[in-house]
Amino acid sequence: MYVVIAGGGEIGYHLAKALIEAGHEVMVIESDRHRAQWIEEQLGSVVLNAPADEGRYQLEAGCQRADAVLAVTGEDPKNLVICQLARYNCGPHGRVIARVNDPKNEIVFKALGIDETVSSTRVLMNVIEQELPTGGGGFLPLMPLTGSHLELIEAEIAPGAPSVGKPVRSLDMPPGSLIGGIVRGGKVVPGVGDAVLQVGDRVIVFAPTVAEAEVRKTLYG
Amino acid sequence: MNVLIVGSGRVGATLAGMLDGAGHAVTIVDVDRASFAHLPSTFKGTTHLGNGADLDVLRQVGVDKVDAFLALTDGDNRNLMAAQITKEIFGVKRVFAKVNDPIRAEIYRAKGITTFSRTTILAVLLQAMLLDDREVGEVLLQRTMKLERVMAGEESAAAAAPSGARR
Repeated sequence: MYVVIAGGGEIGYHLAKALIEAGHEVMVIESDRHRAQWIEEQLGSVVLNAPADEGRYQLEAGCQRADAVLAVTGEDPKNLVICQLARYNCGPHGRVIARVNDPKNEIVFKALGIDETVSSTRVLMNVIEQELPTGGGGFLPLMPLTGSHLELIEAEIAPGAPSVGKPVRSLDMPPGSLIGGIVRGGKVVPGVGDAVLQVGDRVIVFAPTVAEAEVRKTLYG
Repeated sequence: MNVLIVGSGRVGATLAGMLDGAGHAVTIVDVDRASFAHLPSTFKGTTHLGNGADLDVLRQVGVDKVDAFLALTDGDNRNLMAAQITKEIFGVKRVFAKVNDPIRAEIYRAKGITTFSRTTILAVLLQAMLLDDREVGEVLLQRTMKLERVMAGEESAAAAAPSGARR
């Protein structure tokens, strides 16, 4: 795989190192001369010393043949423009992925045409929510679904949750969302629509990213 | 007209002062409180401390109700992000962004953002002045000099406002 990494900060450098070790081809675009030199000393000739938010340097880095362009600088506006220019300059075939520093910019980037984003804040939040004892319930965004504005959510029904004792059909779920399955005692419950939710049920939901809060309110309280 | 300007540097603050003087409702946003010192002492509009490329800040200052939006910070990318949020998410129709890289300016113009590059504007003006091309240079130059005389306190603001006939 050939990957262009825009931004040679800590994340960009370690990402490049890991990808090279995994046998992939990499080009890092870094505007700071000293930083670019340092990366070259560590990883070899895999650095282009240039601003990544100018289209001609993306082309010079060979983004037309790249399988992915990753924008991982510490500035959200820069990552947005890098991704939009990559879409414009480098053709539609490769994946374009942005790091967002402010988690709410995930929604902003999607609205502006950049579907694939990674928010380190949100990844850490998910880990923490997974690790914490939930007291017999939990609400866990599992993963975004590639190429859509949807995500996969798991909600464990807690005692006292507003959805306990209600048939799935009667729940007031936000538009565009769907309860895909219910796991009870390690087994899938057949006939999702007619099932009545019980404490301890693990409900798998497909929902628009923007509606996550509403799903939480409906199922989990 | 209700106008929102992001970036209170020399350009943003000067424009804010001109529009305010002409009777428009102006709100200006900047991350640095000290930058509001660029505004003329007569400025009666609203100043707001915050990041103009932030969804919540834009919502707070009522971006959905403005007639025109201008992103005039010194960062091309910040201006482009603020302008796109305003156009695509809040549906404002007249959106301008200062983008000094001419290539980026051209690409985003195709996306419906009115971009302008100080680089090309100045280069075209200077060329017109050098070659004595009156058509391009004269009007802009006269109006610019008039504005500068007003800012230096040598002339009243009324004299600098473009007359109806010229528009």
